Amino acid sequence: MPDLLLELFSEEIPARMQRRAADDLKALVTNALVDRGLTYEGARAYATPRRLTLHVVGLPAKQPDLREEKKGPRVGSPEAAVQGFLKSAGLASIDEATIQSDPKKGEFYVAVVERPGRATPAVLAEILPGIIKTFPWPKSMRWGAASAEPGALRWVRPLHSIVCTFGPETEIPDVVRFEVDGIVASDFTRGHRFMSPDLVEVRRFDDYVSSLEKAKVILDADRRKEIIRTEAKNLAFARGLELVEDDGLLEEVAGLVEWPVVLVGSFDEEFLDIPAEVVRATIRANQKCFVLRDPATGRLANKFILVANIEAKDGGAAIAAGNGRVVRARLSDANFFWQTDRRPLPEYHDRRDLKPLDQRLERLKALKVVFHEKLGTQGERVARIVALAKQLAPLVGADVARAERAASLAKADLATEMVGEFPELQGLMGRYYAALQGEDPAVAAAIEDHYKPQGPADRVPTDPVSVAVALADKLDTLVGFWSIDEKPTGSKDPYALRRAALGVIRILLEGSIRLPLMKFLDDAIVMGKLTDGYRLPEMPRPAVLRDLLAFFADRLKVYLRDQGARYDLIDAVFALEGQDDLLMIVRRVEALGRFLATEDGEHLLVGYRRAANILRIEEKKDGVTYDGTPDPALFAEEEERALAAALAAVRRDASAAIAAEDFEGAMRVLATLRPSVDAFFDKVTVNVDAAALRANRLKLLNAIRVATREVADFSKVEG
Amino acid sequence: MQAPEYLNPRRSFQGLILTLQRFWAERGCVILQPYDMEVGAGTFHPATTLRALGPKPWRAAYVQPSRRPKDGRYGENPNRLQHYYQFQVILKPNPPDIQELYLQSLYAIGIDPAVHDIRFVEDDWESPTLGAWGLGWECWCDGMEVSQFTYFQQVAGFECAPVAGELTYGLERLAMYVQGVENVYELNFNGREGDEKVTYGDVFLQAEEEYSRHNFEFADTEMLFRHFRDAEAECKRLLAAGEPDGGGNYHLHQMALPAYDQCIKASHVFNLLDARGVISVTERQSYILRVRELAKACGAAWLKTEGGGAAAA
Repeated sequence: MPDLLLELFSEEIPARMQRRAADDLKALVTNALVDRGLTYEGARAYATPRRLTLHVVGLPAKQPDLREEKKGPRVGSPEAAVQGFLKSAGLASIDEATIQSDPKKGEFYVAVVERPGRATPAVLAEILPGIIKTFPWPKSMRWGAASAEPGALRWVRPLHSIVCTFGPETEIPDVVRFEVDGIVASDFTRGHRFMSPDLVEVRRFDDYVSSLEKAKVILDADRRKEIIRTEAKNLAFARGLELVEDDGLLEEVAGLVEWPVVLVGSFDEEFLDIPAEVVRATIRANQKCFVLRDPATGRLANKFILVANIEAKDGGAAIAAGNGRVVRARLSDANFFWQTDRRPLPEYHDRRDLKPLDQRLERLKALKVVFHEKLGTQGERVARIVALAKQLAPLVGADVARAERAASLAKADLATEMVGEFPELQGLMGRYYAALQGEDPAVAAAIEDHYKPQGPADRVPTDPVSVAVALADKLDTLVGFWSIDEKPTGSKDPYALRRAALGVIRILLEGSIRLPLMKFLDDAIVMGKLTDGYRLPEMPRPAVLRDLLAFFADRLKVYLRDQGARYDLIDAVFALEGQDDLLMIVRRVEALGRFLATEDGEHLLVGYRRAANILRIEEKKDGVTYDGTPDPALFAEEEERALAAALAAVRRDASAAIAAEDFEGAMRVLATLRPSVDAFFDKVTVNVDAAALRANRLKLLNAIRVATREVADFSKVEG
Repeated sequence: MQAPEYLNPRRSFQGLILTLQRFWAERGCVILQPYDMEVGAGTFHPATTLRALGPKPWRAAYVQPSRRPKDGRYGENPNRLQHYYQFQVILKPNPPDIQELYLQSLYAIGIDPAVHDIRFVEDDWESPTLGAWGLGWECWCDGMEVSQFTYFQQVAGFECAPVAGELTYGLERLAMYVQGVENVYELNFNGREGDEKVTYGDVFLQAEEEYSRHNFEFADTEMLFRHFRDAEAECKRLLAAGEPDGGGNYHLHQMALPAYDQCIKASHVFNLLDARGVISVTERQSYILRVRELAKACGAAWLKTEGGGAAAA
């Protein structure tokens, strides 16, 4: 069976797009082939910085023949009908049609249209130009003189040539002839840009791969990755070091070379005084190089791994030296920041009372850097966070003075050079600089940790000082953006407010911290009013609080769902007034979930729903609510009296248990209700003719609703 | 013709510039001189920004002193300057072998691709202030970014038809590399030795110190805010005054270039204000937007001129 080889050769394709593009090419071509009756045995796509290649194995040489019968008019139909039939079936005369008969319709003409399958190369020549012209690159461009005209070919970077051959293994394959915007498919490609720039003639996939390899191109990205990984580890090992593995970087680097040559570069040891995170960020982000460490100490070494794209004439000496120089220049930049940030600022040289990080805070304030145009400056934001952190500190067991200090320094590193250069190091740098100026360790740690958790997988701060500042920062952010009505919508959450709320939830739940959320949200609003640049909320305060609490409820549901916990009961608890202690809400939800899973729970829920349904219907019909206390004098049946007594006991005992935060106990109390509810529905008819009796029984049903609300709003329970 | 040793691009900063100029002159470029205004990059030169618009072919190369007030380091950083040189090449439409031409130009200045690792690393270019974007690469030589390579797709909010290829060489970095110097101030400027040698530091160190002071500490922000408003207003006024009046004497825009000067001015004033740290993150956006509106209006005006391809009635 014949194979297809397709190569699209262009200028350098961005590394991050290569893998996806190869997958897209495979899917687009094979789907188009299958749609046209051309099934195949296997297909694989490849990418290098300069080419996308597709190999499809085991294609038929031609499409299957199609045989189609077209029913025509009855024999003896008017001439016009016969002519119309001949035309539609593509017949020259009626003699070419056969006659079939049918008991109902009698004799009629049938045209057998045989469409012989087309040769696969012809099909390919038809489908490939369209696939190339509409290829789904994330970003594409026009180029050259052709770009003056509308509708010019777009590609990720200029497309230069196309290889397309088709044929069986035993023969020399044919070139599939087609053309896209002046580029004619052929059987020539090119090798490595510098090491083998001449044309390479190819036949089929096997010799294509080996010819490319001779021309210093390794087609398969996974092989390039493996070569880089192995070589890097070997080079590290030979120097008594260990590679700091980095899969994201490896994938990227493999997309930057056609012929990986792994080399070792070095930098001055003195740069190792810079924090390791900074060294790594510098070398990774700017140079796309790997760092090495000493396996014994875990400390970074003053060597790095670089991946070149060429076997240089001098064995790579110039390349390693050049990369080393660039790394040194970048590290000396970083070192300059690292040193500068620890020195006094020129504008505060006479303020001996201010330590370096405090000076950065002063600069942040003095420059009136805006946090958000409606939410004041960073300085004002810091003042709010400080005030809030002081209030939160006692509740989370933090020392107030430390929490205040940590909060006041939390954002100071935004005014440092290092964070200006590497924004991803915010917090971490503040921690380093704080420790260097002798801050309490808990204060220094809080500067880094108050940003945490950054995502679902990130660490949650546990030290009380960190917790106080982290909560203050997040609550201030949430309240601020809520007050100016900048809430997340759909997939848009530019201020990461969902992450902030989830952060609060995780800090409270994972740290088993109790917090009256409403009070602190309200406090946060009050803090906001105290600072100058912060405008009064545009939304009324109760509305902000209510809405924000509902947002927390939503986030809490998402969190519990991700934890695999029962999350549909959140509303049942949130629906009760004054529920804003997330830890207690979750505990109660858990207890409620366990209770509803028992037989007692299930039955009680059924009974509750029955009561609620009857009430809803009757209250609607009568236009009144039956929310009064049932009159014991009107109880006619024993079951009514028993239910009333049970309800009274449940209200008393359940509310006592809830008050004592004994949620399991409250559920046990609820369970005692089940027999009397069941018995009531078994024996007692609610809708009787006697009006007073009926009203009293409806009030009794309402009492079930009231009693269960001591624990949860059962109307919100799903399923 | 063998150039004298003092013009060898591997020894002389000016030799490097002259070599590039000669290289591109031989490939049909007009060799322009720097634009006589403060700009943040060679792209701002009307020979790039405006000439990239419209159907007319254009090939030019020039050195452009570029000012990035925020990058000042008081002369203390060996790699960062608030004033530096870019060598800019614009080829419209881009020739099919533009990558090859670029590599040949590197060879001309002494970078042998058989010894060095030259790479085209994705870097999509966007100038929010110019309303321009393009796709291309940073060109790396042994891990150092030595050039920017961009296929302009849009400038001043208009599609480029045809597309121009833009090459921007960072001259100091390139010179540091070929001269094997780690500190920009040690670059040999004139290629001479001994008493005759002039270094980059001799020429520019004092300027870096003084301008860093100016950019970060002393530039009068009240005045700059005023200059920004003035340039903005003047740009708009010139654009309105130069509009073709259709039926009258003028069928073409009369003042696209002077208006564009004011746009450049506003952009530089904004950069100074930014360096002074008096523009907040959110305000930044609105300033950038204001400059972009000017750039777009200037581009639109340019397309109504002869240079922009409009035909006089």
